[in-house]
Amino acid sequence: MAMTAKKLYRARLPAKPEQLKKIRDAVKSVASNLYCNEDLQREVVLAVDEACCNIIRHAYGGGDGDIVFEILQEDKHLLLRIQDFAAPIDTKQLKPRNLSDLRPGGLGLHFMRQVMDEVRFSTAPDGSGNILEMRKKLG
Amino acid sequence: MSYPTRIEDRFTILELTGEIDLQCSPKVRKQVLECIQAYHNLLVDLAAVDYIDSSGVATLVEGYQMAKKRKLEFGLLSVSRAAMQVLELARLDQVFPIFESFEAVK
Repeated sequence: MAMTAKKLYRARLPAKPEQLKKIRDAVKSVASNLYCNEDLQREVVLAVDEACCNIIRHAYGGGDGDIVFEILQEDKHLLLRIQDFAAPIDTKQLKPRNLSDLRPGGLGLHFMRQVMDEVRFSTAPDGSGNILEMRKKLG
Repeated sequence: MSYPTRIEDRFTILELTGEIDLQCSPKVRKQVLECIQAYHNLLVDLAAVDYIDSSGVATLVEGYQMAKKRKLEFGLLSVSRAAMQVLELARLDQVFPIFESFEAVK
């Protein structure tokens, strides 16, 4: 039987750096209401923020576009779903970099994979953009 | 708005506050690089940083590398728990010189 997810938050926002605080505050508030400890709250906030930064910088390349952001609860997991409407990305090109190679940049995907239990990219069913789903076990 | 700086002994201390994200990290980058281009030894105080993302961390890496090239000292001071959590994820806690307080630098 398919697991039902409870929707806790949804917003459609312009993909602009000045929107990031609003997104972070929403994630923090939901995670806090679910009694996540502070380290866990910071981890999910970081993962969402980095995902949105990647959309702003890479998917839209600094241009205009929207982000649809949803927070859902699936049993004991928090599900974060982030959609953009940019050209489909080649997921094979998404590789976190080697940390022993000290250089600025390229850490966002590493952070997302490090703090979340699951990170999955897909193309929207109608091809209208990209969907990122990240799961984290609660508690 | 610029972040406050002060001079202590041979160092310039840059005090970052609040949330260092994609919106404000260009401003941080400008201040960090200006200090190093002026040949100042730099300590970045992260005591009052509630959040730092990969763009903020990238700025610190760039500053560290530029300082090293110029044979200047670069370190992090009083790193908050929130900032340390992110540095640890990037394993940069093993790269940057990190000091609990300015007393520990001297």
